[in-house]
Amino acid sequence: MTWAKRILRVNLTELTTTIEPLNMAWANDYLGGRGLGTKYLLEGMDPKADAMSPENPLIFATGPLTGTMCSTSGRFAVVTKGPLTNMVAASNSGGKFGAELKFAGYDLLIVEGRASTPVYLLILDDTVKIMPAEQYWGTSVWHTEEDIKSVHNDPQIKVASIGVAGEQGVKYACIVNDLHRAAGRSGVGAVMGSKNLKAVAVRGTHGVSVENPKEFMAVVKSSHQLLADDAGRKSLTDYGTSAMVDTLNAFGGLPTKNFQEVSFAGTEKINPQAMVTPNENGHTNLVTNKACFGCTIGCGRIAHIDKNHFSIKERSQYWHASGGLEYETIFAFGPMLCIDDIDALTFASFLMNEHGMDPISFGVTLAAAMELYELGLISKDETDGVELRFGNAEALTIMAEKTGLHEGFGKMLGLGSKLMCEHYGRPELSMSVKGQEFAGYDSRSLQGMGLGYATGNRGACHLRHDTFTEDMEDQTGQGKAQPCKDSQDRIAMIDSTGLCLFTSGAWANSVWSEQVSVACGPEWTSEKLLETGERIWNLERLFNVQAGLRKEDDTLPARMLNTPAPAGIAKGKVAQLDIMLPEYYAARGWSTEGKPTTDTLSRLGIDASMLG
Amino acid sequence: MTLKTLNLDANKCTSCLQCEMACSLEHEGIFSPAFSRIKVFEFEHGKRSIPYTCTQCTEAWCMQACPTDAISINHLLGTKVVDENKCVGCKVCTMACPYGTINYNTRSGKVTKCDLCDGEPKCAEACPTGAITYGVATS
Repeated sequence: MTWAKRILRVNLTELTTTIEPLNMAWANDYLGGRGLGTKYLLEGMDPKADAMSPENPLIFATGPLTGTMCSTSGRFAVVTKGPLTNMVAASNSGGKFGAELKFAGYDLLIVEGRASTPVYLLILDDTVKIMPAEQYWGTSVWHTEEDIKSVHNDPQIKVASIGVAGEQGVKYACIVNDLHRAAGRSGVGAVMGSKNLKAVAVRGTHGVSVENPKEFMAVVKSSHQLLADDAGRKSLTDYGTSAMVDTLNAFGGLPTKNFQEVSFAGTEKINPQAMVTPNENGHTNLVTNKACFGCTIGCGRIAHIDKNHFSIKERSQYWHASGGLEYETIFAFGPMLCIDDIDALTFASFLMNEHGMDPISFGVTLAAAMELYELGLISKDETDGVELRFGNAEALTIMAEKTGLHEGFGKMLGLGSKLMCEHYGRPELSMSVKGQEFAGYDSRSLQGMGLGYATGNRGACHLRHDTFTEDMEDQTGQGKAQPCKDSQDRIAMIDSTGLCLFTSGAWANSVWSEQVSVACGPEWTSEKLLETGERIWNLERLFNVQAGLRKEDDTLPARMLNTPAPAGIAKGKVAQLDIMLPEYYAARGWSTEGKPTTDTLSRLGIDASMLG
Repeated sequence: MTLKTLNLDANKCTSCLQCEMACSLEHEGIFSPAFSRIKVFEFEHGKRSIPYTCTQCTEAWCMQACPTDAISINHLLGTKVVDENKCVGCKVCTMACPYGTINYNTRSGKVTKCDLCDGEPKCAEACPTGAITYGVATS
């Protein structure tokens, strides 16, 4: 079996580190990553506890396939209670950190308590040290990561760290590893900051063993080939995720100007073609593509900014290349803010990685602030003199930096759109569900996407379900509940294997079964995998119910429910949540109030007494 | 006779490390890049990813330096091969090699280097982008 069969538990209050055996019964029920992390979370805390309190554990969870030769085997999840939603957060990341943690011999790293002063964790196989980190507090992710490698004289150390945003509790602070990959959403970086934990540095040499290498490699070879032959994979390699920009713009589902519009006139300046087209100075945005650990797709973009651009002209420290734009960042900084300046978008994206913030939540929060500003509800005095108008590229770059460094109006933006809009008396302008901001899909033209946002266990999120095919075919709420539920379960399973969701189109359930079976045992049939996904989804829901989730939280912003789409394929339509939600609860086997029933929980082997 | 060599094209490398896993599985029986004979080095936030391993150089500094004659030439492949029964783990070869491609292995207590997997290099087989190929050098 490819589990490391060990977990590392670190208590920062007591300053203790313990290596424990993995609970194999739980592994058999929840696989790894997001699922197993959630099981350990729910068993380890009262879901009502404050996300920023020492009672909230921060769990780094690899999957059984992490660190193997299966394609995309670099994934890990960060599971904790998130401060953005006050519900379960499970943020997934790639890069090389997760595989290194596995190589050090751990399925999970559980960080409990709170250190009295800033610290970082140094994990060298079985040697675990809690190191002082005052020298890094107040510095960036980029500085911290590079300095830790330098101080320990080992460029192969992998680091996951937070920036000032995480230290200061920005609600959507993320944890960045390998300079530009991130456990991005729901504010897991703020939880890390609340623990006074600046970074986790890991180097592993134990590796991952497989029982029958020959059999394992036969499965690897065939799944690699399926991925290599897949058209969706090719698009990701060639264009990254941003091929979606043009598709959604033409469709009328590209959220623009804080969802007041559904398409954007400036897309040709920020789409994949723009990335490879030299500008008037002969500068081209895209440098190359880059893969996470074990990945044969390579969707990551490496980009650089024109040195003549206003944002970095006087700042040569940003003249290097780094992680470039992907679809969600383009949506959140481009159409949402009506900005078509690719260098400004790229610079703001650099800042997100450098200071550790989720670009989706930041961009959507800034869009709400721009709308509030244009309505006259935010004054120029409050914004440190910045004209917070749609289309102002300088407002984007200045506010990205202020929020990352927790300065001036950036402190307000760091609250997230929900609290900010409530503060200004216009809560409906926050495009969020359960406090987490929308991703780049309009839920009037993509109805199933809206249902997924409304029912997402970490709030609005595009990575928790996939009804894209159904949504493109039909713009009503009919027939969306079942595919939404089924894809939620399937993705919960994928997120728990240690592999990447971007393989999902190329690999049928049988391919997942082959890979998990050869790694973990023949009992991992497609049926067991999908049931595991359903169990995970219900466990997350159970956590949220215990944390205080009400049926009213499964909703969408008024702009989606009451304001018809102004144009595009769904012109005149609103999100038909009233049709979809009851069907969805029924498909889930939940009560009409959205609570998992005793029967459903028992069927999945979850202790129903936890319902309370 | 024209020998085949590993051809490494950094422009095609995405730093996925499939090569390192294939290498460690072949030689150590586990997935562990720490024990790979081929290494990918990254520069400038991933702008350049450069795969790198033993060039099987003609001078064979490692072989010349070895005090126990543990390193010999496989003339069919042109490889310099470590005999683990003779190697005592003194590391002199690691100092002699100007390329840093023969290394001490903490698992075995011996040195390890690329042996082209006896003519079927697993790294080239695993590389998804064509950055590592095995054939007669064209330039």
